[in-house]
Amino acid sequence: MHELSVTQSVVDAVIDKMGDAKVTSVLLEIGKLSGIEPDSVRFCFEIVAGGTTLEGAKLEIVELPGEGTCRTCGEMLEFDDRIVLCSCGSADVEVLAGTELRIRSVEVA
Amino acid sequence: MCTTCGCGDEAGTRITDVSEGAQGHSHDHPHGHDHPHDREHAQGHAHANGHSHEPKQTRTVLLEQQVLAKNDGLATHNRAWLAEREVLAVNLMSSPGAGKTTLLERTVRELGRNVPVSVIEGDQETLFDAERIRAAGSRVVQINTGQGCHLDAEMVGNALRTLNPPNASVVFIENVGNLVCPALFDLGEDNKVVIMSVTEGADKPLKYPHMFRAADLVLLNKIDLLPYVDFSMERFLGDVAKVNPKVEVLQLSATKGDGMQAWYDRLTSRVTATPFLP
Repeated sequence: MHELSVTQSVVDAVIDKMGDAKVTSVLLEIGKLSGIEPDSVRFCFEIVAGGTTLEGAKLEIVELPGEGTCRTCGEMLEFDDRIVLCSCGSADVEVLAGTELRIRSVEVA
Repeated sequence: MCTTCGCGDEAGTRITDVSEGAQGHSHDHPHGHDHPHDREHAQGHAHANGHSHEPKQTRTVLLEQQVLAKNDGLATHNRAWLAEREVLAVNLMSSPGAGKTTLLERTVRELGRNVPVSVIEGDQETLFDAERIRAAGSRVVQINTGQGCHLDAEMVGNALRTLNPPNASVVFIENVGNLVCPALFDLGEDNKVVIMSVTEGADKPLKYPHMFRAADLVLLNKIDLLPYVDFSMERFLGDVAKVNPKVEVLQLSATKGDGMQAWYDRLTSRVTATPFLP
């Protein structure tokens, strides 16, 4: 459900930045630990973009993996969900990346 | 359409002051998303170096914009507003029926004797919870989100100004009952507290890891029902630690009062730890 408000925030932010320019494509970065489902955002985007300067724009989503370091053994880890377990057995992992939710760029006509 | 929940304007957020003397006064706060987009704002085009001229007469503009920047900005504003007034704000999150309102009723009655307490209630519809909190003796403002599944910083900012809490007090923000969406939205609170009850089953931390990861404190409620339900405490505590190794879990019963003192102690120590309090 929150993907709808997140998608609306994407469209609002793009209109804020780009004014009247006709937007033909949007590149979003969504971290795998962000709590946002890319498929839901895709589903909402067409509806939310309708009637705005983003109507018909292509939505491209780059998913970024989770990265962190184990506070117990210092190992660098890559992971795809919130339940992280280091090979040393520790769950005490500092998340360094993967929570992104960012509009990287747009293409305008 | 409303940015927060996708609802139409008619069904938008309503903020109601349920205090004595202000009863039933409800006014709509549209989310204000229909502000004119001032094209004289130059900052939108500050990244001119991101232009790359593609063959198809389109150009790419690098934005590097956080999607929730607007909410986060408003949350920062709320945080400063609260700090100026020396107010501790606690965001209470749980699934529906975990006992948030019952916990608050008792907290208002018991902690409210020593520390000034007021409440912001979030629900999709009705003033039921706000009326319970008022009956327990606290000032309360109800936010009805309509179709929205969580509170955001703008709603809470409006509610705080309506509530106008006294200096050096505690404001509890009871979020919409939902273990998913509220985890994502910073309201400007000092602490996020997740409440779970033993009747919900011990598997929730792994099923809703975002919520438990966001928590500064977990309250496990309804422990008086432990003899009657199949709830593995060992599994629950182990799974909470997997998702959020640093978080403390307090076991309590808001109906019977068991374990409540530890919760009050945490709150009181937070209030007195803030340097601006007498």
